[in-house]
Formats: sequence, structure tokens, C-alpha cells
Amino acid sequence: MITRAEVCAVACADTWQDAGAALASPFGTIPSIGARLARLTTAPDLLLTDGEAMLLSATTALGEESSSPVEGWMPYGRVLDMLAGGRRRVMMGASQVDRYGNQNISRIGPWDRPKVQLIGVRGAPGNSVNHTTNYWVAKHSERVFVESVDLVSGIGHDRARQVGARFHDVRVVVTDLAVLDFTGPDSSMRLRSVHPGVDVADVQSRTGFELAVDDVAETRLPTDQELELIRGTIDPRNLRDQEVPA
Amino acid sequence: MQDKVLTADEVVAGLSDGMTIGIGGWGSRRKPMALVRAILRSPLRDLTLVSYGGPDVGLLCAAGKLRKLVHGFVSLDSVPLDPHFRAARQRGELEVAEYDEGMVLAGLRAAAARLPFLPTRAGLGSDVMALNPDLRTVTSPYADGEELVAMPALQLDVALVHLNRADRYGSAQYLGPDPYFDDLMCAAAQRSYVSCEEIVPTERLLENGPPQSLLLNRTHTDGVVETPNGAHFTSCAPDYGRDEAFQRHYAASAKPEAWEAFRAQFLDGDEQTYQKAVAAFHAQESAGQNP
Repeated sequence: MITRAEVCAVACADTWQDAGAALASPFGTIPSIGARLARLTTAPDLLLTDGEAMLLSATTALGEESSSPVEGWMPYGRVLDMLAGGRRRVMMGASQVDRYGNQNISRIGPWDRPKVQLIGVRGAPGNSVNHTTNYWVAKHSERVFVESVDLVSGIGHDRARQVGARFHDVRVVVTDLAVLDFTGPDSSMRLRSVHPGVDVADVQSRTGFELAVDDVAETRLPTDQELELIRGTIDPRNLRDQEVPA
Repeated sequence: MQDKVLTADEVVAGLSDGMTIGIGGWGSRRKPMALVRAILRSPLRDLTLVSYGGPDVGLLCAAGKLRKLVHGFVSLDSVPLDPHFRAARQRGELEVAEYDEGMVLAGLRAAAARLPFLPTRAGLGSDVMALNPDLRTVTSPYADGEELVAMPALQLDVALVHLNRADRYGSAQYLGPDPYFDDLMCAAAQRSYVSCEEIVPTERLLENGPPQSLLLNRTHTDGVVETPNGAHFTSCAPDYGRDEAFQRHYAASAKPEAWEAFRAQFLDGDEQTYQKAVAAFHAQESAGQNP
């Protein structure tokens, strides 16, 4: 029985497929599984850290980073310099995201006195203008997919065009229901595929704006090899089900 | 050579209301917490804090010490958000200048090099521009004509950082995996103070780590404070890791009544009282007596 979390992890892995030798920065459990899976299959040249300052040469199980030999040093200062140079590909979370891929992780409500203070813009402005940036949303809902985000942390395609951000490349949003991209009219969000068992109407009804919908595929299933790597090598403790319940 | 050894209280006595203070470390990692606790004990107020924020921000918010925070994020790492920072923001009490993490770096680099600004792409097109209406862009004078953010220098009156080792004269060493931005913080400041786990004779500095671990030289530092366990409850690898149990207790104690009790138990006395109370907290916890 293939779980939803496993379908999501493979969809995340596919976003790193063509990254080449780049620093992979996944935020969240499923993206972390995805980046490791990509390195063990289609993207062997990816660089992965231990979550602190070490680059790891072996792809270990989640939470067992210390068992891998170190191949390099990547303290925060270097991460910030790397991302300016473009050899990095992130998958960030999003508290809100709109139809052009503008993302908010900073705060909900008025800026001076937010209804909910979140973490702050973090590296989202710099990531989104400097290199390929994708998003992961563990619970697809109208609260996340909104007509207009309260504060633009990561910039979307409309903003990028306005300021001539030549390295802007927001490509994909993977959620627990679907894979979305920005190939709709004017680089708006399009439903690329729905996960097995999800129908298009489900996704639309849980999205706060109209999605571009033409030929919607079904998200591919993990191969036997991928399943074995996820279950046996990368996430033997099944942390993935905590992020996307079966 | 000038002997720069001071106590934490002497460092804080030399600070003034309204100063702009840079605090080193990152999130809940190698923060100069003993110096922060000394500020909590002082009458200082109206401070502007520049920080890759962690519990330093939370504690100074809880004590009402801050007028303004300049930051890219505030996080406790293993606990995603600092509850005191969050509460202060949601009450509308705290003025903030919120930047991308790389913009904070550009601002510190500009100040360290005595430049008025440095160009960066980070921030372009985002609401960071609208959040900070004084921010300007600059256009490349070369053929590309690219428009970039002109990140202004983040000049600091004082920098406070915590490292693993130092000598009496202000050379200081980090032994963990990441220097964070402590050297830049010091270079961006008029005056800098380093607290450390242990003051060692200069000739013993290289017993602990290679020459590259000597992050601060004597031009960086105006005072050296020996504060064993002085980054607690943040991590200070390899001397100790983060005190996760205590950090959880700190975060869970953010509601007003619980905070009164936390403050009375840990923060109302001096540093020695704090360290004893932390030891007692752990003794109780291993006996299963904490809620």
C-alpha cells in the first residue's frame, strides 16, 4: 500500500531532478525526504547539509546525519553567499501563497500589529530573486492558497516581472493533494497533477482562487526502488506520516 | 597590552539607554545570554537590537527593554517561534525593521567597511521594501543597468558576542561548526564585548583549535568577560548543546502568571543564582517533579 506521504515525497524529489551540483535546502520532513531521494536516484551531485554547517557525503536516514562522512563546510555565511551565486535550490514552506507564487511566512494581518506574528521573512526574499525556489504545503487549504498574501516574503511571477528579477524561478508547489506549477496565463498557478485518489474539484474547492486547469495528469507513483529507499534507507522511523497522515 | 577583562555587569554599566546593540550568534545558537541576563538586571531601556534573533530577542522583549528590533527572523530552532517576541508584536508594542537574512549580512558588511550601503538583489520585489520605506534602490552604472537594493550600513554602537575561548587581551576563538556573524557584528560596532566559556593564556589558544578558529583579534574587542555556561540555554558547541528541556520550559512559561514565576526563579538574581536555579531545575526534572 503506497501512502500519500510517499507520493508527496517523490513529487518533491522530482523538483531536484535537474538541479545538478547545487546546494539542496529542503524545509520540512517531506521535502527533506525528497532531496535525499533525489540524491540517491536522479540527482547524485546535489549537496546536502546536516542542518547545521557540515556538508555530508553520504545520504543518511533522517535524524542520523552524524553517521555520514563530512565532505565540506557550509556555515550560514557561506549559505548566504552561495544563494547569491545561484548554486542552490530550495523548497520552502508557505503560510500563504497566491496565484502568481507570492509567498508569506512573516505575519498574518496588519503589519504594525499583526494578528499572528510568524517567523519573519527569513531568506525568502533573497532565495526567490536569486535561484530556483519551490514550495511545500502539507495541508492544502483556502487559508494557505489565498487571492492575495498579507505580506510578500518570497516574490511571485508578477512581482518578478515588475522589478526585472532575472534569476527569479519559482516553479512548483507540491501539496498533500496535488502538484501545481506556474504555466497558466501570465505565469499564474496551474494544476499540473492530482495525487491518486484526489479529484480536480477537491483541489479547486480548497484553493482560494481560480486555478488554470487543462490536462490534469495523475501524480506518478513511486517506483519499487524509490519505495525501498524511502522506507528502508531515508525514513525508517516513518516520520513522513506525521507530516502527511496516511 | 591592555588587559580587557571585565564582569558582565561592568560591560552593561557602560551601555546607555537608546543604544543600537548587535547581538551575535544565530537563532538559539551561541547567544551571549549571560550578557543579555545582565541587561535584564540593569535599568537600560529603549534599545534598538540588531540580531539573527533567538531567545535574546524574547527575553529583552519580555523585560520591555526594546524600542526597536532589526532582524530577518526570530526563532528558537527546535521551537519554531519565540512566544515573547510574538506577544510583543501582537500587542503592537515593538517597532521592527524586518529584512531578508542576506540583507542583514549586507548591512553589517557595509558598516564593517565604512560604506554607506552595499547593493544586493535580496529584497527586490518583496514587501521588505514597503516594510522599510526608507530603503532605496541603486542602478548599476554599467551596461547592464540593473536595479538593486541599496542596503544601508547597519552601524552598531555596541556588539555583544559569546565565543568558546578568549585571552585577556581580546583575541577570541570559536570551536563549534559555525562562526555565525560574530566577527562582522564586532567590525560593524563602535565598541565590542566578547564573553567566553573560559579565558586562557594566549599561548594556549592554539591548543584548542586551528588558527582559523581565532575569529576575533584585539582590534575587534573592548572587553572580555569569562562567563562559564554563558550561552545557556542556547547551544555552545563543542562545550555544550542546547538545553532543550529548559528552552521548552522558557517557551511554555510565556503567559503572564507563569512568566512571573519563571522570572522570580531564574532571572531576578545574579548570574550565579541563575546557574544554580538551572541546576536545580534539572535535578527536579530528573526526579520527575516538573510539570
